[in-house]
Amino acid sequence: MNQRTVMELKRFATQIRLESILSMGACGSGHVGGVLSAADLVAVLYGLEACYDPKDPHKEDRDRIVLSKGHCGPVLYAALALKGFFPKELLSTLNQNGTTLPSHCNMHDTPGIDMSTGSLGQGASLAAGIALGMRMKGLQDRYTYLILGDGECDEGQVWEMALFAAQQKQDNLIAFVDLNHQQLDGYTDDICGLGDLRQKFQDFGWWAVQIDGHDVEAIHQAIQDAKTHKGVPSVIVLDTVKGKGWSVTEGKPGVHHIPISKEQMEQARQELGAQIAALEEQLEGEELDGI
Amino acid sequence: MEFDTSKILLREAVCEVLMELAKEDPSIVVLDADLMNASGLSRFAKEFPGRAFNCGIQESNMVGVAGGLSAMGYVPLVHSFAAFAARRTTDQVFLAGVYGHHNLKILGTDPGACGTSNGGSHMALEDIGIMRSMAGVTVVDFTDEAMVRSVLPQIMKTPGVCYIRLFRKTKRKVYPDGTQFTLGKAYTARNGKDVAILAEGAVMVPEALKAAALLEEQGISARVVDLFTIKPLDVQAVVKAAKETGAVLTAENHNIYNGLGSAVAEVLAEQGIGVPFARVGFQDTVGETADMDYIMKKFGLDYQTIAAKAKELVRLK
Repeated sequence: MNQRTVMELKRFATQIRLESILSMGACGSGHVGGVLSAADLVAVLYGLEACYDPKDPHKEDRDRIVLSKGHCGPVLYAALALKGFFPKELLSTLNQNGTTLPSHCNMHDTPGIDMSTGSLGQGASLAAGIALGMRMKGLQDRYTYLILGDGECDEGQVWEMALFAAQQKQDNLIAFVDLNHQQLDGYTDDICGLGDLRQKFQDFGWWAVQIDGHDVEAIHQAIQDAKTHKGVPSVIVLDTVKGKGWSVTEGKPGVHHIPISKEQMEQARQELGAQIAALEEQLEGEELDGI
Repeated sequence: MEFDTSKILLREAVCEVLMELAKEDPSIVVLDADLMNASGLSRFAKEFPGRAFNCGIQESNMVGVAGGLSAMGYVPLVHSFAAFAARRTTDQVFLAGVYGHHNLKILGTDPGACGTSNGGSHMALEDIGIMRSMAGVTVVDFTDEAMVRSVLPQIMKTPGVCYIRLFRKTKRKVYPDGTQFTLGKAYTARNGKDVAILAEGAVMVPEALKAAALLEEQGISARVVDLFTIKPLDVQAVVKAAKETGAVLTAENHNIYNGLGSAVAEVLAEQGIGVPFARVGFQDTVGETADMDYIMKKFGLDYQTIAAKAKELVRLK
């Protein structure tokens, strides 16, 4: 990946972070920690990897993205708005009465959302079903991308699916675990320890790798590697920091679901806005260098 | 009265119908949870190997996978014993079925008394209640082979979530071959004017007919109405039966709470029809391991109990 693409993806990830903070702020609160920890993955998927058409969200020949940690809908909505699935202004209607952007994803409310989720563990099976259907339909070179939370891996259904997907040799299913080390009540190690998730998936018959979940280049490379492993499903365990990328939340405990004040929204505009401006400056510099 | 005269088991009829439909409709797929030999769907799997998935003993994942297949345009039918198809997968049926507007058909075999030797752990006495309380779910209990052949194609062609109860290893034959039924419409199995027995399923409809024959000997004319579609309930048929006979007895292979009796009581109350009314079914208890005759008598589902209760209702008119 060239440095320009890296910077573009970083900029996109920062834009996603800012827009999702502002959308959650507009309704006063949100699942900030898990939204921000997943932003770099979402930036790589919507910025580079996934095949989709904002003008035709239901096009059959597309990749599917299932956010099984469905409470983090705002991170997808920010990406979808920035990519033109719907106007950016809609983001401020998150969770408002009559909204088409419920914080837990609903495929019938929001253009670009491929599956309704919200009951943890279930998106795993739904994604496996989609992948099975894609194979039966002969959709070549199309993938189902499944985004799991680490706390979500407490659910037995995730491991039922893990057995099933391996049995069905679902090499068109690429799962991610957002290993941000915290769940609602605290650190995962203190509540229901997950051990070595990468090893567990490998033992279940998956190709499994663990990488820095905030390194867009590493995420991209891991996806390329996953696609070369035929006959097995793949999982990319993303070592992340809950609340990443915003000084108010990054690395702090108790940021699963928090209130966001107007002052904090303004602070986010300043902090992340400055980061975006700096990345844009670098990108412009690159262009000049190129000339 | 002899009802076990069909040439094939009900599960064989279900499989045959599914295979006929699948020949015409490539979107039909089946999933099972390590019970393909019990459901008889192994025959479907042999005929359509790429369209049958044995998920292993994981009902929750199976329902989720079915939801995903539905999102890809398939019409999945999932099977497990009713106890697990309904009780164990309730949240999955909701999210991967109802909430996602998916096209999901759930076959729950051996509900209630049919559990016999598998015993109380396997006796679903709550499945109708679970399923009928979920938004938009259709609930059906098949009475015999003719009904399977007539109604199952309608179910498979109707979008949405449908829960199907099936007494799988029975040769019950109640209706002549070729009898046509309409999903959502009650079927009058026997005419009568003194009391209406509203029954469901391959266990209770034959029992109700036996009770009606017994009542006839005692000079009571009992109507038997087959409410095989428990939801959406045929409200007009319930009202008609109640008004024309003046007494209503429900007979269900289920707990008396949240099943057919409750559904009928809701209609009678909302329509202001204050006729004598009672419910035959499991009286808020769990089942146990025994043969069918023992279970029917012990839990008061047998035709003598139905006849006695019907007679009491007639006396109260």
